[in-house]
Amino acid sequence: MSRRRAPEPFLWLLFSSGGLVAAFMIPILLLLFGLAIPLGLVTVDYEHLRAVILHPLTRLVLFGFCVLCLFHWAHRFRYTVYDGLQVKSRLIIVICYGGAIIGTLLAGYVLLRL
Amino acid sequence: MTYPAPASDFQPRWYRRRPSTFWFFERRSYQLFVLRELSSVFVAWFVVFLLLLVRAIGAGSGAFQEFVAWSGQPGMLALNVVALLFVVLHAVTWFAVAPDAMVLKVRGRRVPRQRIIAAHYAALAVVSVFLAWLVLAA
Repeated sequence: MSRRRAPEPFLWLLFSSGGLVAAFMIPILLLLFGLAIPLGLVTVDYEHLRAVILHPLTRLVLFGFCVLCLFHWAHRFRYTVYDGLQVKSRLIIVICYGGAIIGTLLAGYVLLRL
Repeated sequence: MTYPAPASDFQPRWYRRRPSTFWFFERRSYQLFVLRELSSVFVAWFVVFLLLLVRAIGAGSGAFQEFVAWSGQPGMLALNVVALLFVVLHAVTWFAVAPDAMVLKVRGRRVPRQRIIAAHYAALAVVSVFLAWLVLAA
């Protein structure tokens, strides 16, 4: 038995919290910004949106949302490739979690620079 | 794929047949499993889409209008319809197994599965209404 604590439970926690926030928040946001607004089904006031986005609380929530969703993707996609396509390579782990870390940095950069 | 070494000199090597790379096409439930797992790709896509949107909103009214025009192209709309279907699949399957992940007890009795699932859908409705109000209220 190794004494070092495995990172698995921590990663699973991120995966699981990410899955929950994704399930709660993405359907409505994607429906609005991906379909309803570009199709002109609803009208949106730019100044109002800007005020909402610039609020520190919104930015904080969006940052947490992005991080959890990215690690949700990383963990799930890693095992999809691992078990699904049976690619048992370390490279997959590096690409998935590495991608999530890079995405986290980008999200922080975008949200801080607003 | 690596195989565990035989436990002793007298034990034959493990026999494990490598499944086909496309084993998940064999059954409906396997296909659904892989589709469910692939929903995570669209979760990641939404993060990218959201960050582009936020950046456009921050850059000014013109940049936001450009973003809306860009996301109104047929290809983008098609991509987001597919993404929405996958995210709904994710939500439905996620809520369906929620009672397995959380064991809630009230006065020593386990809360029934159906009630935990219903609570998740209720929370989804509340969050959706709140977010729609936050975006559209002007």
